[in-house]
Amino acid sequence: MPKVIPVPDELSKPFWDAVNERRLVIQNCTSCDLLQYPPRETCGKCRSAENLEWKEVSGKGYVSSAIVIEDGRLDRRRPDQPYNLALVHLDEDPGINFYSNLPGTPVDEVPVGAAVEIVFEEVAPGQFIHEWRVVSE
Amino acid sequence: MTSLSDYSWRRNREGLGVWDHRGQVAVAGFGHSEIDRRWDGESMDRTVGAFSIQACQLAMDDAGVTPDQIDGVICCDSHIAGPSGGTAGRWAPRPYFDPPYDSEWGLTLVNGEWLVEQMGLTNVEFCPSGVPAIGEMLGLASQAIADGRCTTCLVIYPTGNLAGRYRRGGENAEDYAKGNRQWTVPWGNHGGNDFINAFPHQQYCHRYGGTHDDMAPFVVNQNRNGLLTPWGFNATHDIPQLTVEDYVSSRYILKPLRLWDCDRPVNASGAYLFTTAERARDMKQPPVYILNHNQHSAGTRSTQAVLDEIEAETDRLARMMFEGSGLSADEVDIFNPYDGYSTMTQFWLEAFQWHGVKRGDAFAFYADDIRVEGPHPFSSSGGNLGTGRLRTAMWTDSIEQLRGSAGPRQVTVRAETAIAGFGPPLGGGWIAFGKYPN
Ligand SMILES: [Zn+2]
Repeated sequence: MPKVIPVPDELSKPFWDAVNERRLVIQNCTSCDLLQYPPRETCGKCRSAENLEWKEVSGKGYVSSAIVIEDGRLDRRRPDQPYNLALVHLDEDPGINFYSNLPGTPVDEVPVGAAVEIVFEEVAPGQFIHEWRVVSE
Repeated sequence: MTSLSDYSWRRNREGLGVWDHRGQVAVAGFGHSEIDRRWDGESMDRTVGAFSIQACQLAMDDAGVTPDQIDGVICCDSHIAGPSGGTAGRWAPRPYFDPPYDSEWGLTLVNGEWLVEQMGLTNVEFCPSGVPAIGEMLGLASQAIADGRCTTCLVIYPTGNLAGRYRRGGENAEDYAKGNRQWTVPWGNHGGNDFINAFPHQQYCHRYGGTHDDMAPFVVNQNRNGLLTPWGFNATHDIPQLTVEDYVSSRYILKPLRLWDCDRPVNASGAYLFTTAERARDMKQPPVYILNHNQHSAGTRSTQAVLDEIEAETDRLARMMFEGSGLSADEVDIFNPYDGYSTMTQFWLEAFQWHGVKRGDAFAFYADDIRVEGPHPFSSSGGNLGTGRLRTAMWTDSIEQLRGSAGPRQVTVRAETAIAGFGPPLGGGWIAFGKYPN
């Protein structure tokens, strides 16, 4: 199941470096006490870059909704079809959301509302992405 | 060419009051070219450029205007569906033809400057570049007439389609995801509006109840209205009437999004003739007045827009449109929101509370009588789902309903005001039309 490989840039490098160390860090504006993901050059609230730092978060969340990619546009993912694409919200701040293919969850059987925890998946040598797995009861 | 670096023409926030040019600008004509599913790469008389010239001529004929009277040309950068990703229009290099098709211009790209040259429009004084998509473009045209930048203006929206599957190829064929794509593509989302709306739609069903199949009456009715639109793709290509059974058994694209929730990319062009209310009264057709225009855009806090964000932004848009037009929800006779994916439309329907539809009521409303001849003729245009991915049906139908010339689509309820729009729910441009200037 080859995934498309993210290419870190100047802004995102600290994020992907952390992911490659199996840690989830999110941009945080210490002035606004506000998490921000995906990372941006400035805080979405106060528009300042001054107080942005990287904050490690729990890696726990829940699923709000999901679709099944049956006929997607990405060549590299077509062999995987159909596959789940779920939206995961971070427990610390449900306004922060992530996509996930929910490895381990059968296609089209995504439990909406279920708790998930982060896992890391190697998509190219040394390059990981953050994924999520449903926490068994 | 004026470059559009100045965006002061936009009306994009609350508190601006009634548009101070309400009723002073009018649409005096429209024209739709022939429609092909795709450009074949050979037929010079069926390029998106040739079709744009054809649409302009029809719009001028409709208004009774001659080329020497045109002093404004506003043409959106072409929207090509085609096979590749975000840079779909740039499929060159390729072999070219004799002039005027000796470059990409006219084949897959059209702009105002090219049209002015090809059509020999010698009196054009306003022809901006960098023109936004059709919703915003019509607002730009309204404001340009209101501000006296031109008096008789062709407003053109070319939409192309090339051989190949929609959005396959280009950056979607790459193994790596750069820039904003690094946050979506590794998990399978290439970033289209289908994805943007599929999640809020699922959240909608979860919050308010109902299932995706509850969309069927709406999609089927869009198809029906499209077949009543003589210039549309479905009506010109003998597309059979979609049934509920066809819809609920059609294949999934992004489950629950089905094939018939998606519009059909086509190669065609549409044009409108905007002018002052005063001039319009001396032209061939009854004027349809512009009562207001608004543009809007909102960011998403995180990776994916959620239902709360979409409801908040569409509510804000509706408030702006009511404020700027001076209309209240129950004074909007014709309502043509965008349907480029069927799952967008309910958010606007409920935001504008058309026919009293409140948050969570859309599916029940769709199950009621929404036919054009009935009491709730919702989206009488048939939209993109009924006419093809032209993004013109919403405006043209609004104009025709107010003129009283919509033929078999003519509603039986009052048709004196209309609101139409285009955009994915978190951004776009909207127009309020009036049969009367006041
Ligand atoms: Zn801040």
